[in-house]
Amino acid sequence: MLHIKCPHCGMRSQNEFSYGGDATVKRPELGKEISDQEWNDFVYNRKSLRGKHWELWQHISGCRQWIKVERDTASHEIFKTLKADQEIS
Amino acid sequence: MQKYSVFNLIKNAFSNHENWDLAWKDPTPKKEYDVVIIGGGGHGLATAYYLAKEHNITNVAIIEKGWIGGGNVGRNTTIIRSNYMHDDNALFSEFGMDLWRKMSQDLNYNVMFSPRGIINLAHSDAQMNVYARRGNSMRLNGIDAILLNRDQVKEIIPMADFSDNVRFPIFGGLMQPSAGTARHDAVAWGYARQADSMGVDIIQNCEVTGFDVSGGKIKGVRTSRGDIKVKKIGLCVAGSTNILAEKLNMRLPIETHLLQACVSEPVKPILDRVVTFGAGHFYISQSDKGEMVMGGDLDGYNSYAQRGNLPTLQHVLTEGIAMMPFLSKLKMLRTWGGIMDMSMDGSPIIDKTHIEGLYLNCGWCYGGFKATPASGWTFAHTIAQDRVHELNAGYNLNRFNTGHLLDEKGLGTKTWIS
Repeated sequence: MLHIKCPHCGMRSQNEFSYGGDATVKRPELGKEISDQEWNDFVYNRKSLRGKHWELWQHISGCRQWIKVERDTASHEIFKTLKADQEIS
Repeated sequence: MQKYSVFNLIKNAFSNHENWDLAWKDPTPKKEYDVVIIGGGGHGLATAYYLAKEHNITNVAIIEKGWIGGGNVGRNTTIIRSNYMHDDNALFSEFGMDLWRKMSQDLNYNVMFSPRGIINLAHSDAQMNVYARRGNSMRLNGIDAILLNRDQVKEIIPMADFSDNVRFPIFGGLMQPSAGTARHDAVAWGYARQADSMGVDIIQNCEVTGFDVSGGKIKGVRTSRGDIKVKKIGLCVAGSTNILAEKLNMRLPIETHLLQACVSEPVKPILDRVVTFGAGHFYISQSDKGEMVMGGDLDGYNSYAQRGNLPTLQHVLTEGIAMMPFLSKLKMLRTWGGIMDMSMDGSPIIDKTHIEGLYLNCGWCYGGFKATPASGWTFAHTIAQDRVHELNAGYNLNRFNTGHLLDEKGLGTKTWIS
């Protein structure tokens, strides 16, 4: 079982969280001319990295905040967690 | 190639079965091939077989990082079905059903195809309506479908929970009598043996490290056992698709997720169908050895681990016990996981790519095993003729650009939701 350190609540079990996918995907800017390819990349295309992966989780049975988690997709080791509004460095 | 037959079985008994030919060779990679298939799983082996058999292309290598049949073709729950509503899925799968029925004779290898029927249980009136609609679509496409009421289901699977006061009462179900199971390892080995006998090189323990692409064309592939010159490459690597796509600077509508399965201790025959729970995601059948073979949801987050996590297993088995309470008395024998190439609309991709000579076969989600023969057949056609067959035309990559998605389940792009 994964143990995720929520930046708001501390270390909690995986059971309290729900997954939200790749945290590095950014919605194209509003009001800008967007090509089909850019939309396609935003909506569908994913790198799905093997290794370190920044992803969104929601602490759904806790504080209900969205957070960012850096996890290894092969070993499941968790390196770092951030609040949703903190930039990935 | 030595034919497998009763006569040969008796003949070899006299020499204590010590003189059987090897089922396939262990060749050193040549410098050049006409076609290289990356991935020695069910789909890759089937593709090589149909390239040789249907298109007479035999200067072919299958490159496999581990050993053949060690990935998802050896890790699935062996279910074979074509109970789809959308035409593209239904016609493709039903074409595959024909290949399944002939497979043991075709490959001279007993794949133990057992058309025992699949029942999708319904737990509400609304779900019965949905199943009636799906069943009608199936029948219009020439696939057998029967809508069962509660009493009819009870007659077939009396061990399911038909008591009062259950959270998800069984209202009925949709049955495809011609669906069933097969022995998954035999499928991989049968295709491998026949492909090898027709001249295909099966190269195991050989990892792809890069590609030679110039002028938008495939020129070769670099491997841990040397460089190979080739003009056509078929990518059949399921959960590893994104890893190889990255080497080609491609981004695909695929995420790799983990799916678990498990078997109980063997018990006496009790269940002679494949049954799926309609109020969650759980499916079950009984193997010839007596084990209850079960599976369900993805673990729910990107994973390349090939091993599962207990919360999901507990969740899935809770659904199983709700459907068939006797399961709670069984001991678990084994659990395992495989990595799925989850596409963004739940349907696969068998297509050409923007790189000339690079062909893509991925995105099989939960349904890769049953598609093995049809996938191999259509992918071989796509590679040999350099154009898609009408059976896999709907499985094109461009649908994500144009919006013509093949969203059988209507789940959208969140592949981890089930």
